[in-house]
Amino acid sequence: MTGSSATRPIAVTGIGILTSLGEGKAENWRRLSAGESGIHRLTRFPIDGLRTTIGGSVDYLPIDPLDNSNFSFEMARRAAQEAIEESGVGSPGSFPGEMFLAAPPIDLEWSRRMGLADRREGAATYAELLEIAQEGAEEIHRSTINGGIASRMMAEFGPEGSPITLSTACASGASAIQLGVEAIRRGSCDTALCIGTDGSIQPEALIRFSLLSALSVANDEPAKAAKPFSKNRDGFVMAEGAAALVLEDPDKAEARGARILGYILGCGEAADTFHRTRSNPNGAAIVRCMREALADAGLGIEDVDYINAHGTGTPENDKMEAFGIQQLFGDRATRIPLSSNKSMIGHSLTAAGAVEAAFSLLTMQHELLPPTINHRQPDPTIPLDVVPNVARPAKPRTVLSNSFGFGGQNVSLLLGAA
Amino acid sequence: MTREVWITGSGLISALGEGREAHWAAFNDPAAWHARMNSQKLAPHTVHPMTPLELGRHIPRPGDQRAMGPLMHYGCYAAGMALAEAGVAGNQELLARTHMIVAAPGGERDLAVDEQILAARLGKPNTGGWLNEMMLTGLRPTLFLAQLPNLFAGNISIVHGVSGSSRTFMGEESAGVDAVRIAWEKITAGQGDLFLVGGAFAADRAEILLMFVPYGLLHETPVPDLWHRPVAGMTLGSAGAFLVMESPEHARARGAKPLAKLSAIRAAQSNREAGAATAKAAEQWGRIAPLAAGATPAVLSGACGGGTITAEEHEFLAGLPGAPAVRGTAGALGHSMEASFLANVGLAITCLEQGRLFDPLAPNEAIETRGGSSAEKILVTSWGHYRGEALALIERIA
Repeated sequence: MTGSSATRPIAVTGIGILTSLGEGKAENWRRLSAGESGIHRLTRFPIDGLRTTIGGSVDYLPIDPLDNSNFSFEMARRAAQEAIEESGVGSPGSFPGEMFLAAPPIDLEWSRRMGLADRREGAATYAELLEIAQEGAEEIHRSTINGGIASRMMAEFGPEGSPITLSTACASGASAIQLGVEAIRRGSCDTALCIGTDGSIQPEALIRFSLLSALSVANDEPAKAAKPFSKNRDGFVMAEGAAALVLEDPDKAEARGARILGYILGCGEAADTFHRTRSNPNGAAIVRCMREALADAGLGIEDVDYINAHGTGTPENDKMEAFGIQQLFGDRATRIPLSSNKSMIGHSLTAAGAVEAAFSLLTMQHELLPPTINHRQPDPTIPLDVVPNVARPAKPRTVLSNSFGFGGQNVSLLLGAA
Repeated sequence: MTREVWITGSGLISALGEGREAHWAAFNDPAAWHARMNSQKLAPHTVHPMTPLELGRHIPRPGDQRAMGPLMHYGCYAAGMALAEAGVAGNQELLARTHMIVAAPGGERDLAVDEQILAARLGKPNTGGWLNEMMLTGLRPTLFLAQLPNLFAGNISIVHGVSGSSRTFMGEESAGVDAVRIAWEKITAGQGDLFLVGGAFAADRAEILLMFVPYGLLHETPVPDLWHRPVAGMTLGSAGAFLVMESPEHARARGAKPLAKLSAIRAAQSNREAGAATAKAAEQWGRIAPLAAGATPAVLSGACGGGTITAEEHEFLAGLPGAPAVRGTAGALGHSMEASFLANVGLAITCLEQGRLFDPLAPNEAIETRGGSSAEKILVTSWGHYRGEALALIERIA
């Protein structure tokens, strides 16, 4: 069911970004286009005994107490503030549209669990924790409900309706944008605030990814650890960050004289049924996902000028992504430049799809392709132009931004220049 | 474009059993649903644990069963029931374009490992090498995957082959409401034809209670009727509830029969100042009332039983025009958070099939005993324990 109104482009009128490179899109773009890395030794907690001791943590925000929920909220708040200010839509505390928030799943953190236990001498069981909690610990409720971040965003920005909090793993940020695009296209709202945020770097999360052998252990030189598409790539680098886009019905945006920064031309999604952490080796879901983004935009493979790759730097992802791109684009694959922002900012998980959509728009705006840094040992099985190490002037009119998640959730966005 | 939305498959499991007939029977038998409450396992709190499931029926491969904890078992199982009833299960062509939207909390933690760490911490600092070491040796990678909310959907894709798309909504009661709402909006607007929508909740877990006990919301045993509880009034219940939602055009073309029509669904999030939730609900009722053609339909309420919010919902429902009969289903099921609204939609289908509501669950409560019990149309409410207000209208298809 694809009428003309169902597939029309949706305008972007505001962008906010916050990553380990810094706060705000000016600082982020300055450093990203210079090929700088935001990856560093972790200092937030003791790293003794950990296999991976590096990350793209955001260490410059004053958050207390620093837990996943508080931190993810604060990053989302700042990114949304920047995006809404740029768009000029609505008024403070009253955003005239719906909100779609990609946020990390929240669990009670060890600091809180132990803090609770510490209230009673010798307490060490859940039965005791429950007894202690009976005396009151309201902050635990707020810091562990998954809807908590969205509720605080509601209080801050006042979007309409029921805010959606979602997780499609590493595709989450892109899913938030897709939900916003769909809502505007079907007329549910004229404006959408789409956000991805993730402040998950704490010992247990790091260890869990470590146990899945997903993380780089190239700890010695943190800035060189994330090396997507290189032969010696050895895993992704966990990172934090947030990005927000204000999406608008293009006619309404023009009518209010808004400056249009770019467009979301199409969105594609596909679920893989193969395995919990691996893509089907036939690449079918990845190919279908990219193809649907193109179809949704009414464009063909010849219309893609540049690819903002998922490019996590895990052996598996980069192999499958390159394979999928070659399957879809055929001979053209080697002539489409593609690069991985994650080589510089690491993998901000839930936020990544939104962060990279934001960078894709800046790529078109600044007419400069950000590099894939740390590309010193090309992988001969990946014969793609990864814009190695140094940014390259170009004038892409379209960018395909890929986000592929654990659990087989894949989203591709096709973005267009203003 | 505005199209109708049909429900062509439903899967419901809870403490009261498996499927609509089991639920109908249990809801009409107070001794039966009281007997399924468990006051021992997590005393002093009462929980409503899941009925025993024969997992192999909907999760045939043992490897898949091992890859999940109870929460994901419930989701996969109920999804399998809904897909089977809709005639979608095993049909690769349909599954490849079935869009999935689920409402999922996080999965279970390894409580034994947590308690080992808590015990080891005595006399040590709360962070450091010892903690890293214990987690590195104690945590199991498969359990991490069983904890991630998006793997709830990932497992359904793997087990049942649903591959059109996969979205996971989070955020307690609203996640379940919005999963249904987004599917409904997309079908009405022509943005999709076939959706698998659902959620699950595993209530009888210490780490789950630990989310709600600190907020002062859980009731201790013995548990009075839902509408007569103090602020600390919730009891939690396990559930898995899934629906197949479909455009009539699509259903007719493949010969699928509708169980019911989802005529409207509206959702909002007030700030919960006194009266704010009522204002949202009144606005929602104002939009839905014209579809009810004069008579206010009977209500299945998602009231959680706790906080000040259940009292506020009670007042709102008591004041509805036409004084419709209300059933607070959490009285018998327990409150199932993400799955609560979906479970009530499943129960609404049962009531529509039977042509009437089940017996009052709170026999001393006026809003349950008033009104007739006939049910051609049913309103379903969902006021979250913390945030979120929603109202839906479900009707029988003549």
